[in-house]
Amino acid sequence: MHRFANPARFMRLSARLLPWLAGATALLLAVGLYLALIASPPDYQQGQAVRIMYVHVPSAWLSMAVYGVMALASIAYLVWKHPLAGLFTKAVAPVGAGFTALCLVTGSLWGEPMWGTWWVWDARLTSVLILLFLYLGYIALVGAFDDAERGLRVGAVLVLVGTVNLPIIKFSVDWWNTLHQPASVARLDGPTMDTAMLIPLLVMALAFTFLFVVLALVRTRAELTWRKVEVLRLFQAAGE
Amino acid sequence: MRVLWRLIRRDLTLVFRSGTDAGAALAFFVVTVTLFPFGIGPEPEILGRVAAGLIWVSALLATLLSMERLFQADYEDGTLDQLLLAGVSAEAIAMAKIAAHWLVTGLPLLIVAPVMAALIQLPAGAYGVMIASLALGTPVLSLIGGIGAALILGARRGGALLALLVLPLFVPPLIFAVGAIDAAALGLSPRPSLLFLAGLLAAALPFAPVAAAAAIRQVLD
Repeated sequence: MHRFANPARFMRLSARLLPWLAGATALLLAVGLYLALIASPPDYQQGQAVRIMYVHVPSAWLSMAVYGVMALASIAYLVWKHPLAGLFTKAVAPVGAGFTALCLVTGSLWGEPMWGTWWVWDARLTSVLILLFLYLGYIALVGAFDDAERGLRVGAVLVLVGTVNLPIIKFSVDWWNTLHQPASVARLDGPTMDTAMLIPLLVMALAFTFLFVVLALVRTRAELTWRKVEVLRLFQAAGE
Repeated sequence: MRVLWRLIRRDLTLVFRSGTDAGAALAFFVVTVTLFPFGIGPEPEILGRVAAGLIWVSALLATLLSMERLFQADYEDGTLDQLLLAGVSAEAIAMAKIAAHWLVTGLPLLIVAPVMAALIQLPAGAYGVMIASLALGTPVLSLIGGIGAALILGARRGGALLALLVLPLFVPPLIFAVGAIDAAALGLSPRPSLLFLAGLLAAALPFAPVAAAAAIRQVLD
C-alpha cells in the first residue's frame, strides 16, 4: 500500500489504468441496464416498478461502502500521514454523497407506488438520511479552512467519529420504527431472490463499483493537479 | 487530575465573572419551549403527547447554542497553545472544558426542565424519568458537542457548520431519552431505554475527549 502512496507514481499508474476502467464501466453499465430494464422479468406483485431496485440497491450498497473506504483512507492519513489518502478522502466524499442521495431519491420514487407514500420515518430510511448528513458535514468542514492541509486532517477525525456513530445510529433507529424490508441478498442461508433478478442486480452493483473507482481516480487526479497549481502560484507570487 | 480540576475551576470562574453565556443558553431553552404552544396550539392532550420531544429537542438546541464558543475564546487569545506547550495533555483540556460546559448548561437544565414540562402538560407519571433521562443524556450531548467544537476551531462559518456536524450525532441520545419518557407516560417500564442512554454515556465519556483531543492537536501545527 505504501508504494502506491507516492503521488507521482499514482499519477502515472492511474493515467494508464483509467481508459481501461472507463471502458469496462461503460460496458458493464450497458449490459447491466439492458438486463435490468429489458431482459429481466417484471415482478409478479410489483410489476415494472421493481426495476427501480436495480438502481436503488447498488447505490445503497455503494453509499455505505464509500464511507467505509473513506474511513480506511482517514486512518491511513492520520497514522502514516500519506498526503494522497487525505486528498482521496476529500475527492470521493461528494461521490459518496451522490450515491446516498440517489439511493434516497430512487427509494422515495419506489415507495410511492409500493407503500403509497414518498417518505416514512422508518429506521432504514432515517439512518441513510443521517449518513447523507454525515457526508455533507464532512464536505462543509473540509472546505471551511483557509489552510487546506488542516481541513483534510480535521475532516479525517470527523470521518472516524462518524464511523463509530454509524452502527449506533443504525441500531438506535432500528429500535425506533421499521417498515423497510430486511436484507434479501447477503444472507447466511443464501439469497431469497430469483436468479433472473439476482444476476442483473449483481451486474449493476459491479458496474456501480467500477463507476465509483473511475470517478475516484479522476477526482483524486484533479485534486492533486489543483494542489500543484496552488503551489506553483505561491512560488510565482513569492518570485515577484 | 489536579490540572483537570484547575482547568474546570478556571472555566467556571470565567463564566461566573462574565455570567452571560450560561444564562443565555438557559433563557434560550425557556423561550424555545414557550414558542411551541403557539405553533402547535394550546390543547393539553396534543401538548402532553409531544411534551417529551419538545423538552428534549429544546435542550439539545440550547446545548448546541453554547457549544460553539467552547474552545474558541482560548484558541483566539492563544491560551490553548500555551496550555499545550506547557505539557497539559489535549485530552485533559477537552475533558475539563466539556465538564465545565455541562456544569454550566446541562445541570441548570435539569432544574428548569420540570417547570417547563409542567407548562406544556407532560403526563404526571413521567417527571422522574424525564429528569433521569436529562441527567444521563445532557452529559452525552456535551461530550459529542465537544468533539464538534474542537473540529471547527479555526474554520470559517463555525456556528452553522457545528450544527451540521453535531446534530446527526445527537440522534441516538434523543431517541432513547424520548423513548424512556414516553414509556413512563404510558405506564410501561422506561428501564431499557434508560440503560441504553447510560450505555451511550459510558461509551462517550472515555471516547469523546480522545476524539476532541485529536482535533485540538491540529491547532499546534
